[in-house]
Amino acid sequence: MYVAVKGGEAAITSAHELLAEARRGDPAEPELSLAQIGGQLTLAVDRVMTEGSVYDRELAALAIKQARGDLVEAVFLLRAYRTTLPRLVASLPLDTSAMLVRRRISAVFKDLPGGQVLGPTFDYTHRLLDFDLARPDGQRPPANEPEPPATTDDQPVAPMARVADILGREGLLQPETEADPCAEVGDITRDPLTYPAGRDVRLQSLARADEGFLLALGYSTQRGFGKNHPFAGEIRMGEVEVQIVPEELGFAVSIGSLTLTECEMVNQFKGGKSLPPQFTRGYGLSFGESERKAMSMALVDRALRCRELGESPGAPAQDEEFVLSHADSVEASGFVQHLKLPHYVDFQAELVMVRDMRRKFESRETSGEENGSERETALRG
Amino acid sequence: MSAQEAMIPERQRWMAALAKSEEGELEAAWAALPEPPGYELLRAPEVGLAMLRARAGNTGERFNLGEMTMTRCSVVLDDATVGHAYLAGRRPRAAELAAVFDAILQSPQRREGIETSLIAPITARLAAAKARTAARSAATKVEFFTMVRGE
Repeated sequence: MYVAVKGGEAAITSAHELLAEARRGDPAEPELSLAQIGGQLTLAVDRVMTEGSVYDRELAALAIKQARGDLVEAVFLLRAYRTTLPRLVASLPLDTSAMLVRRRISAVFKDLPGGQVLGPTFDYTHRLLDFDLARPDGQRPPANEPEPPATTDDQPVAPMARVADILGREGLLQPETEADPCAEVGDITRDPLTYPAGRDVRLQSLARADEGFLLALGYSTQRGFGKNHPFAGEIRMGEVEVQIVPEELGFAVSIGSLTLTECEMVNQFKGGKSLPPQFTRGYGLSFGESERKAMSMALVDRALRCRELGESPGAPAQDEEFVLSHADSVEASGFVQHLKLPHYVDFQAELVMVRDMRRKFESRETSGEENGSERETALRG
Repeated sequence: MSAQEAMIPERQRWMAALAKSEEGELEAAWAALPEPPGYELLRAPEVGLAMLRARAGNTGERFNLGEMTMTRCSVVLDDATVGHAYLAGRRPRAAELAAVFDAILQSPQRREGIETSLIAPITARLAAAKARTAARSAATKVEFFTMVRGE
């Protein structure tokens, strides 16, 4: 328990002034603009949008600036701002098959229709610090720009085939189908999570979950805590249209597009009483370019499907209550950081109790009457 | 089929273009109108959120992925035509102008002018950007060779 305290206004104001000064840094250096953050710290922006659960590059850039680059704090700021906006509509399901692909790779098929498109990746870099970037204007000029092919709107860029469809044709992969197309979609921003949780709310929770937490859990499944033999069936990143059906129109309209990263894990599965041997799936989807997050999400999604696949849960990543109730960085950092708030009354009570226990303990020590079991009871009490 | 219903595919096309317009493009087209129509706001520009739905594996259970900021606006022209706009992002002025253009485009007499001066340039810009993205990505397409050992 913590209690409200009064006073300290002047100190708090001074602390916030100091924070502003620390945020600004050396005033001789130019101040960061939101366009710079949005354009050059793109992956930080993507992470804040994903975990903040609001796709808006400018708001995420502002949150990062305000939070001095503390991304967990920035996620908190974005979540808080979100509550000030009304929800106008729910979109039609995004169609990632129609994505304008900027990156698409598969670790299970070398030759697949559309090819392996690396896109803007850190993969195959040497992870050596590039001191050219340390110089002003050290960013290399763009590579020779390839001549764009003559494309008109009549010849749209062909959508890329999905690895899941290739495997699915042979029945080797568990299909993803919808049990009830009319069912309400669970929403953890409206209704608290209850257990057992449906896959809809599990995926929603995982989509907003802290990347570090999911990364560690996903890693744990690879190391043997709930092993399910994953392969990165397909990872794709690019632009997807957003469509809504406004009530006043009654037909679908596009409101714009957004960048998504999608990961489909393909996992080994021996089959069960009612299921033939086939590969099973884990799904990850995140805002922007956030591949590590999407991969981790897919691993944990698959781990949480253990019950429906007849696997006996036992590992932390398979325990949905453990995973889902600790995955949100806003909740977690709120509860951890509330320990900083005044607990004076609470602690006073504890102090009185411990002093009393010590007094009893010492009086027994000096009188020499205590026996071992009484002493233990006193210590535990 | 009513005239309104017959117009739906065309209207979807121009509304999609208007949604991806830049405010400057809308302002310039508005300023260039020889006889800009009078209009009133039915619903003033409103910024809010769209909950983005997705599907597990793109074909399975629907789930709520997260939200996106959006702006909507509705206007009525002096001739009683109603126009709507729904744009991603927080863009009140763009939403107002897009709603006005949606209304103007519904008039067969005025459509052609706006198609030429506004919709076609937006569509061309988007197509060029898409082609550039596709070409830049295509340049990163790799062929992995599997090495056979022990031969």
